[in-house]
Amino acid sequence: MFGPKGTGDTSGYGGLVAKVVTPGSSERPYGGYFDEVTDNLERAYPEFSDAIERVVIDRGELTLHVKAEKLVDVAFVLRDSLKFEMCMGVNGVHYPEQTGRELHAVYPLLSMTKNQRIRLEVSVSDSNPHIPSLVEVWAGNNWHERETFDMFGIIFDGHPGLTRILMPDDWKGHPQRKDYALGGIPVEYKGATTPPPSDRRSYK
Amino acid sequence: MTTFDPYAPSRDTTEGKVFSVTGGDWDSLVQEIGATKEERVVVNMGPQHPSTHGVLRLVLELEGETITEVRCGIGYLHTGIEKNIEFRNWTQGTTFVTRMDYLSPLHNETAYCLAVEKLLGITNDVPERASVIRVMMMELNRISSHMVALGTGALELGAMGPMFFAFRDRETVLEIFEMITGLRMNMAYVRPGGVQQDLPEGAYTKIREGVKLMRKNFKDNATLLIGNSIWMKRTQGIGYLDLAGCTTLGITGPVLRSTGMPWDLRKVQPYCGYENYNFDVVTADTCDVYGRFLIRMNELEQSLRIIEQCVDKLEKLHGAPVMVADKKIAWPAQLALGGDGLGNSLDHIREIMGTSMESLIHHFKLVTEGFRVPAGQAYAAIESPRGELGASVVSDGGTRPYRVHFREPSFNNLQATPAMSEGGMVADIVAAVASIDPVMGGVDR
Repeated sequence: MFGPKGTGDTSGYGGLVAKVVTPGSSERPYGGYFDEVTDNLERAYPEFSDAIERVVIDRGELTLHVKAEKLVDVAFVLRDSLKFEMCMGVNGVHYPEQTGRELHAVYPLLSMTKNQRIRLEVSVSDSNPHIPSLVEVWAGNNWHERETFDMFGIIFDGHPGLTRILMPDDWKGHPQRKDYALGGIPVEYKGATTPPPSDRRSYK
Repeated sequence: MTTFDPYAPSRDTTEGKVFSVTGGDWDSLVQEIGATKEERVVVNMGPQHPSTHGVLRLVLELEGETITEVRCGIGYLHTGIEKNIEFRNWTQGTTFVTRMDYLSPLHNETAYCLAVEKLLGITNDVPERASVIRVMMMELNRISSHMVALGTGALELGAMGPMFFAFRDRETVLEIFEMITGLRMNMAYVRPGGVQQDLPEGAYTKIREGVKLMRKNFKDNATLLIGNSIWMKRTQGIGYLDLAGCTTLGITGPVLRSTGMPWDLRKVQPYCGYENYNFDVVTADTCDVYGRFLIRMNELEQSLRIIEQCVDKLEKLHGAPVMVADKKIAWPAQLALGGDGLGNSLDHIREIMGTSMESLIHHFKLVTEGFRVPAGQAYAAIESPRGELGASVVSDGGTRPYRVHFREPSFNNLQATPAMSEGGMVADIVAAVASIDPVMGGVDR
């Protein structure tokens, strides 16, 4: 477990690897307004148990993991019955080690009427990265979905014009994915060379 | 189509004739376009255009002077900040996020740090003095940001005086920033767990004097613009967007408040102890550029009120810590002002180099390796001068952020440009975009 390996590096980096525990599903009662939100969603949306894969309460935030094919239905119910009038966009996260569900799309929702926040999370595989678009539910998601497509390659089906938004139109690859190299060159200054950030020592 | 015009050369494409105008004789261009008998003209405005707030590109489809369609082209200032953060440690992240929306660096830093603190579970351990300093700095920053919005907005509509006044007042804020952080912008002053250093000597006096001066100076712009008939003709009823439009487009900030909706995260979802301050949420009910202008003008006074309350609190809390007590998170060094500028405090260097080997090890470990943040994700939202600024931060349990995403109000609100300006006159799109106050550094990140 301890001790340098490979390079014989003795600079203090021991190669100690800590086990990572990601927050798992939560059990009722969730606390706060989270019980109310899930209860109301179950009442308003009979297919709740089928569409919601798991409910996670972590750091005082509620995350509903939704199946991609049910996302639009759930979004309409949340908007119309539960008064989540605003979607604060979508952002992607790439987890290459989660085989079969590498790409996650995260939607923070806001209810101004009830002053509540929840989060929807959808995960799809790298080989079939299709998620239905929410532009018809919240028009403001238009650019956010384009950005997520641009950065992660998630294809939002039904989007009115899914093109790149930040990168040039003819760009190859999706920069925010973990397998996309950061780039950079070594920089020499007064005889010492600093490697590019991706080649520097990283502590796990 | 008589002779070749070097300033407006034309070429035929499948979409019609294309003219490239880079200056020169406008009359010859008008003549040539007139000769084509085409009513519909597509004009490319920007990305290098003085009225597009940096590098925003607008593609306007015009019929005469009426806009029939607008498309925004963005991405010209994309710098890959979100990608770069993944290769630095958590504390270094502040140095990157501060450069996103360069007119409100302290808001970016605070949003990021609130999200990191949420992941660390130390939200309630941040010392009160640090929170008060954060609030004070954010409100000062709101003033300097609104000053740019008002000054450049007025300049774009042809009024030059307001810009001089606005930048003069912004200078007062920037001087305070420079005194406290050492920098006028991109300070990386707010850090996970608190702030980088305590206020320097003489800060209370300087801030109080600054507030007094600004309160007097703000009257200049108010006298120039409020009720000014030219200004009102250019802004009233322009860039109309009602509450339904704002809701579906996810618009927040002054644009949302100009519909009469008193939605301000400082009031409704307080952070950093905003619930302990007396201030009003400013609204307007006109849904137009003039309403947004009035909101920004009146928010200046509210910010000044908050700053005064902050200084009172800070004087009572003088000497209290400004960084979380947990030494495994708190940055080990404190900066101090020496003869050659800001640097590591000599006391700290004496301790690690001369007296305590453990301190040296601790300093070295924390600075090179950083601290670990438990795995999970968090979303922290604050009210930036432009609306809801949300930081989505994901950790995999390591010393570097796994993913940082900023929900930028500029990025989101810019989507309202077509809704605000289609069907209007081409001159009014400048007013509409200025009332959104997009900062391209934030839009493109």
